[in-house]
Amino acid sequence: MLDDFLNQFLPSTVGGLVFGSIYALVALGYTMVYGVLRLINFAHSEIFMIGTFTSLVVITAIAPASPLTGIALFGVMLLIIVASAAISGGAAMLLELVAYRPLRRKGATRLTALISAIGASLFLQELFALVIIPWLTGKPGRNQQSAARIVDRDTVFTIGNAAVRTDHIIVVVAAVIMMIALDRLVNKTKIGRGIRATAQDPEAAVLMGVSIDNIVRVTFLLGGAMAGVAGALYLMEFENTVFNVGFVLGIKAFTAAVLGGIGNLRGALLGGIVLGLIENWGAIFLGSQWKDVIAFTVLVVVLMFRPTGILGESLQKARA
Amino acid sequence: MSGARLGRVLALAAASSLVLAACAGGGGSGDAGGDVTSVKIGFMGDLTGENAAIVIPPRNGAVMAVEEYNAKNPKVKIELVQYDSQGKADQATSLITKAITQDKIAALIGPAFSGESKAIGQQLEESKIPSVSASATNPGLAENGWTYWHRVVANDADQGPGIVDFLVKAKSPKKAFVLSDDQEYSVGLADAVAQSFEKANVTVERDKFAKDASDYSSTVTKVAAANPDVIVFGGYYAQAGRLLKQLRDGGVKTTFASGDGSLDQQLVTGAGPEAAEGAVLACPCNIPTPDVTGALKTFFDNYKKSANVDPAIYATEGYDAATAFIKAVEAGNTTGEKINEFLKTVSFEGVSKPIKFKANGEPENNAIFIYQVVNGKVKLLGAAEEAKLEG
Repeated sequence: MLDDFLNQFLPSTVGGLVFGSIYALVALGYTMVYGVLRLINFAHSEIFMIGTFTSLVVITAIAPASPLTGIALFGVMLLIIVASAAISGGAAMLLELVAYRPLRRKGATRLTALISAIGASLFLQELFALVIIPWLTGKPGRNQQSAARIVDRDTVFTIGNAAVRTDHIIVVVAAVIMMIALDRLVNKTKIGRGIRATAQDPEAAVLMGVSIDNIVRVTFLLGGAMAGVAGALYLMEFENTVFNVGFVLGIKAFTAAVLGGIGNLRGALLGGIVLGLIENWGAIFLGSQWKDVIAFTVLVVVLMFRPTGILGESLQKARA
Repeated sequence: MSGARLGRVLALAAASSLVLAACAGGGGSGDAGGDVTSVKIGFMGDLTGENAAIVIPPRNGAVMAVEEYNAKNPKVKIELVQYDSQGKADQATSLITKAITQDKIAALIGPAFSGESKAIGQQLEESKIPSVSASATNPGLAENGWTYWHRVVANDADQGPGIVDFLVKAKSPKKAFVLSDDQEYSVGLADAVAQSFEKANVTVERDKFAKDASDYSSTVTKVAAANPDVIVFGGYYAQAGRLLKQLRDGGVKTTFASGDGSLDQQLVTGAGPEAAEGAVLACPCNIPTPDVTGALKTFFDNYKKSANVDPAIYATEGYDAATAFIKAVEAGNTTGEKINEFLKTVSFEGVSKPIKFKANGEPENNAIFIYQVVNGKVKLLGAAEEAKLEG
């Protein structure tokens, strides 16, 4: 047992950090929308799925004969990240316009919006499986789709017996850059102040001249773009995607958001990383089939002692 | 495949027994003696449903065998009647009643899946209609005491030991890592493989993951730490492809083997050709690939002419099942009872394997066939006893 732990601890930590970064990026979207609208946007997992398919299409169009290096790699990574962020962000805004705004206009309850979110999630999955994926790839829409390799799996350095590869570094670094950028945007800019104001007190924010519709739109755009970046990194790392790729990952990312403190951006980051690490560490002792059990047990235990999550719900309470 | 079939067995066993009770006594089959000029043989399976891809090849094989026979202008011609059960036990039960009472078939090729086979087995038994399935692999089917039921394919319980025997012979491993996801078929195969390895004195380590998981890094870490001589995965090609890719990316170069659920070109697409290269796959089915020789090559060419596609899963078995009946008719047997008597002694060199039945309807030869990914394509190496790995 101790032997297993010593042999597997460091490699598991690397794997946990990488997948935790992807959880964290997706969790940001859940947390921002919840902070502003008190809505759990279940269709966010499909925004992530749209990001993976955008990257798939871009990579297939470029069709690299062999994995890239240097400037070419940087350029292609930037391209898939920007394209996925743009398409996913746009899709999230459209989703808000079609599925949530009409309900909000009519003053529907939060429960109605939640049902609308679940409906939108299933609608998007089936739309992709039946129409969009066959149209994009020419293959049956429920098949797993594969992309060419753009990053070589070269070991950059080792810590103990854990090999840290180029692709690991790209995922973690890109995720951290995106999260810092988002944190700056929300805390330092005018639009960010609007988001925080709306999260704290929507009515007062309106009286202060904040356009709620604009703020909600920007919130969906930013959250969707983060999910798009996550989708691009996911596709680069795993090179496969499928119409329901977001389903389990979305639930885990939502868990990460709650674990860190829903509505709290830094909480989502922390929650994602913690979830990724705990899953992998737990798997050392109990086997990989226990990953989900471990993740949700930790969630329950944390919420028992800190009902607002590790960092608390701070997007509302932050000072403007 | 097998998982879905098993599910049907469980879900529909109760319903089918009711229908069977209602249909009992509707028997009376076959033409009774006289100058018979044609015999009707049924083919039943999922021809248009979601698993039709597994059933159309054996249907094509059966059609081809019957066409070849009729082209010889025999005294008694065979008419092949197709029944599209969509793989559903309830449709199979109503179709078989029609087949027996209206069409008066003398024998049945199929049903293709285990669930429908279980549902109509008793009715075939009572109506004295012999059946030969090309693709129903649930082990329980042979344990019903049916004397009219047969199959020409090894069952699921033969697969685990078959893979292990082959790997032990080819690689003489000391330590094996057995992996699976959490689906019924996957766990069943992994359990059988692990037990067989232990019987062969090979140390076994195991890990399992959720079907929908996408990150297998903890599994890769465990395998890398254990440093096994061979890895066997129980499961379907989607998970197998992802797993294989991540194992190879994680620096695990060990021989990777899996069962019939992963026997699909999509395994290579999912893992990427480089990671998939050399992967070993086992199946009770004998699927000729373009580079085969001898009788299989003749079959490959004729099938391609007849069906306009390359032979796929269970095509040879469908051909062999039809041939068993053709031999019976050639020997002058035209009623269900007589054909069934003939099947007890039939013995011929089939395309898939030598065909001979045990008293319980199982094939005497329960060969498992070995495939390997060579230059990015799944290639048939032959029956497990004689197959040699490449590279």
